[in-house]
Amino acid sequence: MAGGAGPGPRPASDRDPGLQPERTRLAWRRTTLSATVVALLAGRQLLRNAEGGAVVAAEAALTGLVWFGFVVLAHRRMRAMAGCRPPGLPPRTALLLIGCTLALALCGAVILLQG
Amino acid sequence: MSRGGGLRAAGEAVRLWFAPARVREEGTTPDYRFSLANERTFLAWLRTGLALIGGGFAVDQFLPRLHGTLRVSFTVVLLVGGGLCALRAVNHWVRCERAMRRGEDLPVSRFPGALALAVGLFAAAVVVLVLLGRTN
Repeated sequence: MAGGAGPGPRPASDRDPGLQPERTRLAWRRTTLSATVVALLAGRQLLRNAEGGAVVAAEAALTGLVWFGFVVLAHRRMRAMAGCRPPGLPPRTALLLIGCTLALALCGAVILLQG
Repeated sequence: MSRGGGLRAAGEAVRLWFAPARVREEGTTPDYRFSLANERTFLAWLRTGLALIGGGFAVDQFLPRLHGTLRVSFTVVLLVGGGLCALRAVNHWVRCERAMRRGEDLPVSRFPGALALAVGLFAAAVVVLVLLGRTN
């Protein structure tokens, strides 16, 4: 690969000495944890106006679904990080993640205006 | 950058969002480590957006004695800011990926400075409100 090996002998294994895949995997983990905190805060808000009935249940289901989609996308990307030359981030994954984040913000706005 | 150039760049960026695979049609694939670094930057911006959205929820839930209008406006500002950060994350990621494939300089942006200023002003506003006793 171009300019990648640097001076000195290559290590016997194909391990990346900069641990790039591991660092990227941990960055994904941090991001799913952030999304989990946001989803939990949304759930806490929903519990406070729990007498809302069906509407609140629908909002809770939607928030849970968005969070689940976020975590599944991240999990698939983290599994791709297992190789030592991981492929690039698929643009579709990036767009779907942004969609999930915007949906969380939208859920927040709806819950706020209702409560 | 002129206004027309900015608009053209924005239109090009939006077209890239909806046909992002086009990025891979040009240039050469960069070293995978550079792509992973770009991906981590994308994730860091996404976390910034998520933190702002979480902050919006927190203002609404943990400042219950703040006046209603102020509380709603603070929450909306934080939620919108978080959404903007998320959009900026994917926009910057696509532009950096394209620049690396073409061997160009990485794009520069005013967004980090603007965000820093906005967060600083927001924090100052909350400090003033707390000092004035508007939160209790």
